[in-house]
Amino acid sequence: MLVLDQVAKRFGEVTALHPLDLAVEPGRTLVVIGPSGCGKSTLLGLMNGLVTPDSGRVTFDGEVLTPVTLMAARRRMGYVIQEGGLFPHLSAAANVTLLARTLGWPPERALARLETLAALTHFPRPALERFPGELSGGQRQRVGLMRALMLDPDVLLLDEPLGSLDPLIRFELQVELREIFRSLAKTVVMVTHDLGEAAFFADTILLMRAGRVVQHGSLEEFGARPEDPFVTRFIEAQRGHWQAGGGAP
Amino acid sequence: MMRRPITWLVPPLGFFLLLAGVAVAAEEVRIGSKKFTESVILGEAARLLMTEAGLQARHRRELGGTRILWNALLRGEIDVYPEYTGTLRAETLAKLRLKSDRALGEALGARGLRMTPPLGFNNTYALGMAADRAKALGISSISGLAAHPRLRFGFGNEFMDRADGWPALQRRYGLPQTNVRGLDHDLGYRGLVAGDIDVMDLYSTDAEIAYYGLTVLKDDLGHFPAYDAVFLYRADLETRAPGAVGALARLSGRLTDAAMARLNGAVKLKGQSEARAAADFLNAELGLEVRPGTRSAAARLWENTLVHLSLVGISLSAAIIVSIPLGVAAFRRPRAGRVILGTVGVIQTLPALALLVFMIPLLGIGAPPAIVALFLYSLLPIVRNTHAGLAGIADPLRRSALALGLTEAARLWRVELPLAAPVILAGIKTSAVINIGTATLGALIGAGGYGQPILTGIRLDDTFLILQGAIPAAALALAVQGAFEIAERHFIPRGLRARGLTT
Repeated sequence: MLVLDQVAKRFGEVTALHPLDLAVEPGRTLVVIGPSGCGKSTLLGLMNGLVTPDSGRVTFDGEVLTPVTLMAARRRMGYVIQEGGLFPHLSAAANVTLLARTLGWPPERALARLETLAALTHFPRPALERFPGELSGGQRQRVGLMRALMLDPDVLLLDEPLGSLDPLIRFELQVELREIFRSLAKTVVMVTHDLGEAAFFADTILLMRAGRVVQHGSLEEFGARPEDPFVTRFIEAQRGHWQAGGGAP
Repeated sequence: MMRRPITWLVPPLGFFLLLAGVAVAAEEVRIGSKKFTESVILGEAARLLMTEAGLQARHRRELGGTRILWNALLRGEIDVYPEYTGTLRAETLAKLRLKSDRALGEALGARGLRMTPPLGFNNTYALGMAADRAKALGISSISGLAAHPRLRFGFGNEFMDRADGWPALQRRYGLPQTNVRGLDHDLGYRGLVAGDIDVMDLYSTDAEIAYYGLTVLKDDLGHFPAYDAVFLYRADLETRAPGAVGALARLSGRLTDAAMARLNGAVKLKGQSEARAAADFLNAELGLEVRPGTRSAAARLWENTLVHLSLVGISLSAAIIVSIPLGVAAFRRPRAGRVILGTVGVIQTLPALALLVFMIPLLGIGAPPAIVALFLYSLLPIVRNTHAGLAGIADPLRRSALALGLTEAARLWRVELPLAAPVILAGIKTSAVINIGTATLGALIGAGGYGQPILTGIRLDDTFLILQGAIPAAALALAVQGAFEIAERHFIPRGLRARGLTT
């Protein structure tokens, strides 16, 4: 689905990403994890062209991402960020349907899709007419998800989607999100710094450190066959954390 | 939820474009006058004589100094204005060194202009001092000034740099004074009486000379030529408006020095309108029965309001239409943006008055140059705020818009401009308020508006008249500011108002 081929990125003097190969398998959930500054958000940005690679190439569904192909590719990739990145001047409903409307969808079709998504994400109907500033953090996150799903994309890219939520709501949303991913059978790439969350969602985990991949595999493989002492250190540092979080498989 | 963005722009734009439709012009004899009382009285007399002869006549009063009137006549923006032979020979056509009025007539003819026979009075330049001061220093002639280098001179701005004005006078008499400043002619009298200056330039028919008992210094070297008053008109006037030249000529030889000084006094010291003074003279001297036809204060206020609103409306609407795309371009292309912001910034630093005067050689006098100057003056706040509004959009929102796959146009219209709208609207509001104030200067180049009573009030030292322009201008600025605040409440999306921020 998404293939990165010797992709590298520098920001000025800092190498954000050393040359990297990665193939994201369709219908699976890949979680990218690592300490802050390890390049995981850069990796996600490269996938939908928010970050332009200095070298190498990104291929989506067999097509190399270029300025020409980018627009169409982005519409097949939903993108969710912390706090949802909602447009404050538009109501929740208008945020979700904005792209569809600019593409000329008839209002009834947009409305029907909105209803489906609200049901899917358990979003209260009356809140659809509220503005982002009038919603709770969890509600904003659901709107962000609905907006990403509006065009029924093949891929969902999530950058620390639940990072700003308090633990209870976060747990609730994690469960719901996993349900949604499984029921829709989407290809999902999620960035997080929380191993518990990673373990809860992931089919495979990509552990990064200082712009390089340390290990790519299942959590079991990380425990049984660590490819680097850092893998063990990282897991140990987070272990108590994810047990207490209660989200481990 | 399907509301189109930027709809908030439509009502204010429509409002101003509607007002812009008020600008007017009809085929008629256009009379100009300079910005001093005598010239305005003569302009009114010309208007009354034209009207008496059954012609359509309009008097554009107080257009400015000699050069503005002369150029306006050459371009055909006006058909006639009162002038002085001395001014033409010693200033306007000084390079030709014309020896006689006959030679002057030929030189004018070569430029498509004519002049009437002299009206009768000679309004020469003179220098004057307060009588007690002149007496105390023992000065009675211009030569006598040379012995007192510390005297403070205050001259009308035109006199300061006319060919027959201060520079030539200084050379001719070898005057050593260095404390010389330019000021408005009518303010000079107040400065002289208050003791702020010692010597000023006079027009010999000024009513204030007798009123303040000033000492007129003798031009003992004969520097100033004769300044016989005439009407200067375009050679095509007679064909365009048959009878107009004959009407003007009725005044030739009828206005003595004493009569002109009396008329000036009636206006400047007794507070009569120029039209009333001119009508009284024509009726008494020529046996006419003309009525001054002055309009009520309310009618004048209404007319000034319409003119002022059209100046502001047209220039501001154009500035909005141009500035927002410029601000967007400045944001999209930072390198071009520096040039754009730098250029509109430089325009803003030009003094408004200078900007207005720069427009005269390009666009002549009246509303068009004033509108262009006001337009240029209105650019910066809108361009800068559009740029700042776009630059202030938070990065996550920008990334979200990109990642959604919105086209560039959709991002601009649906996301960026609506988010920047409160800042852009604030820029437009700033421009509008500056524009309303600056537009009062438009009267200096014949554009009318609230500046007209202010200008006349300064000339006549009439505070009440000044307030008739100043108060409505201030009230209009407040009203427009209020209108924008209502517009903000209606047209800024609720989501932005609730937070009060775009970021």
